[in-house]
Amino acid sequence: MMKTEILVIGTDPDILQTILRLLNAEESWHAEGVSGIKEALAKCGLKAYHILLLGAGLTSQEEEELKTEVKTLYPTLPVVPHYGGGSGLLFAEIYLALGKMNQAQ
Amino acid sequence: MAQTVLHTATSRGGADHGWLKSYHTFSFANYFNPERVNFGALRVLNDDSVDGGRGFGEHPHDNMEIISIPLSGSLQHKDSMGNLATIEPGEIQAMSAGTGIYHTEYNKDKDQPVKFLQIWVFPNKRNVEPRYDQLKINAPEKPNTLVQILSPNPDDAGVWIHQDAWFNLGKLEKGTKVDYTFQKKGNGAYIFVLEGEIEVNGQLLHKRDGFGIWDTDTFTIQAVSDQTEFLIMDVPMEF
Repeated sequence: MMKTEILVIGTDPDILQTILRLLNAEESWHAEGVSGIKEALAKCGLKAYHILLLGAGLTSQEEEELKTEVKTLYPTLPVVPHYGGGSGLLFAEIYLALGKMNQAQ
Repeated sequence: MAQTVLHTATSRGGADHGWLKSYHTFSFANYFNPERVNFGALRVLNDDSVDGGRGFGEHPHDNMEIISIPLSGSLQHKDSMGNLATIEPGEIQAMSAGTGIYHTEYNKDKDQPVKFLQIWVFPNKRNVEPRYDQLKINAPEKPNTLVQILSPNPDDAGVWIHQDAWFNLGKLEKGTKVDYTFQKKGNGAYIFVLEGEIEVNGQLLHKRDGFGIWDTDTFTIQAVSDQTEFLIMDVPMEF
């Protein structure tokens, strides 16, 4: 089974681990985490991700820089802002992003 | 022409974890309905009941304005900013999760359930400094009027959050009515019935029904039964 590959970016290690644990508990999803823009872009260069989940901790400038870089380098990769820091909204955010991707195909 | 949406109490999502029973007006945790994700900046409206002595262990939040309103019982909150507080009916708690916060929430009473609303509003700015606020809700100045319990302004009545949102609580006697005017152009209102039956612009609402209204400047709420109580959440539709 092909898994949905999710890259999560967030600066708080504990929150990042919580998000990764919840995402990886879903059989059809595989998530990896990074804490900065350079690391995120380097990962995207090595592997095709389906979703880039934008967690907390980056400055507004860093968030804009990341979105601009991703739009230029990987125009089909959606950058999904994550809100809430836990399980409450996480699944809905991924389902909605996957739904939009399916509609676009 | 005003646009509206009705979410009846029985159409809400639900979760029964034994010690926690929760009704979700909007998609939350394992309840996902693409037609029920949010009402503008209002993202979560959970109607929770937690058994005596039980609660939520330490868990993180970020980038969300989290508002708790106890309906019965008492809820103890402890967070990573050093706040330790108990909130009870007649009070409201607001937390800006911002860059990240950890907290626990427990029913302080060993025997009785605590019932409360937990409401999440999208912030108008990501990664703000986390903050916590708790206030007693003022009694209305006159019977059959609204009481503001939340706004975007630290100097205004109620708690404040990082969003152009205003919350009002209303208690109307049967047959009385109140007109509500939006605080900001482009905002919509989500009305949630806590007790009794009311009509909003002629739409009958029962206990725990939710009703959204937007693309209008004003609307009217009328009490159909005795002892009505409702919450108006005036939030940006675009944010």
